[in-house]
Amino acid sequence: MNPVAERDLHAYVDGVLPQARRLEVEAYLAEHPAESEQMRVWAAQNAALRTLYDPVLKEPLPERLLAALAARRWQHYALAASLFAIGIAVGWIARDTVSTPASALASFARQAAVAHAVYTPEVRHPVEVGADEEKHLFTWLSKRLGTDLKSPRLSPLGFELVGGRLLSGPQGPVAQFMYQDAKGQRVTLYVAAQKRDGRDTAFRFSQEDRVSVFYWVDRNYGYALSGEIRREALLRVANSVYKQLNP
Amino acid sequence: MEAHSIIDHIPRLRRYARALVGDRHSADDLVQDTLERACNKFHLWRAGSDLRAWLFTVMHNVFVNQVRSARYQLEQAVEEVPVVLVRETQGDALELAEVERALRRLPAEQREVLLLVAVEQMSYAEVSRALSVPIGTVMSRLSRARERMRAAMAGGNPAVSLKVVK
Repeated sequence: MNPVAERDLHAYVDGVLPQARRLEVEAYLAEHPAESEQMRVWAAQNAALRTLYDPVLKEPLPERLLAALAARRWQHYALAASLFAIGIAVGWIARDTVSTPASALASFARQAAVAHAVYTPEVRHPVEVGADEEKHLFTWLSKRLGTDLKSPRLSPLGFELVGGRLLSGPQGPVAQFMYQDAKGQRVTLYVAAQKRDGRDTAFRFSQEDRVSVFYWVDRNYGYALSGEIRREALLRVANSVYKQLNP
Repeated sequence: MEAHSIIDHIPRLRRYARALVGDRHSADDLVQDTLERACNKFHLWRAGSDLRAWLFTVMHNVFVNQVRSARYQLEQAVEEVPVVLVRETQGDALELAEVERALRRLPAEQREVLLLVAVEQMSYAEVSRALSVPIGTVMSRLSRARERMRAAMAGGNPAVSLKVVK
């Protein structure tokens, strides 16, 4: 057998030795107590470092880090929005889009899509407050957003409330409600106060990578419904939400 | 841009940054600088290659620049101060606070290698690529890092004198 070098010992502790070589190193360690003790110390270091820092993986992502990604995308949007604005200026129809800048709304849709992408894959902690405390959830988030949030019933469309959470957005608190269908597909409703001069808008659609978003502004609140489902299916849900919030 | 796929890597970037830098705020600053730089340089990433490895390379470059800048002068100065560590237990469960102190006292280049291997569980070849150093350098830094950690934990006693208590 090849002599055991220090590199073999590191590779042994880090679990990257091929099986045959691992057995040779084990045989060597059995006869070399000092090195064997060294292996134990190194392995304990590895384990301690993982114990110290693995919990970071489970922390919620700070909004500013998501914003760092969104801000970058934003430049593409700013460009797209300005081209769009030129297009409609030429076509004259710009009137109902000027009061709430298209760019600000696109950014709102983007934030909703990012929040959707971040929280829907969660298995154990998708929401802060679950559907079993639905009344408390809506009372709490209504209070934080300063409006009376209603709970849309989406069961006729196959989606049941999972729960919701409070997020922070650029303008202040944001509520996110999550719904799930029998296949485990999730859609999220993202609600935040908009600037006071914001005019109501019709549905707008945005595609953010895999996430489709329908969003609209209604009485100073912005709503965005996000999902990785077919656009038509998402539109049906968005219509239902809109109708229930505006009976 | 693949914002989605980058998002998937943020938790690991945060874990590595926290271990590398120590306090939460500075660590997230490092992650934020890394994400901004990665977005700016995204055209340099070859589609289909390992995005995670590329992001760690970007973070390494940002970190190295920060270490060079005045921002980390204080931390470097603190590292020079000898700290007397009292070893309370030497079982398999090392005192975590001691491990953290010992880690903080490693030179940055050794800390990077140790963390990429032990916490990120990268192969030595991956570490070599992420840090743009030869694999021999990776191995010697790893070796020195482990020895320094052990010595700090052991209060300077040579390895052979360690006894497993209980």
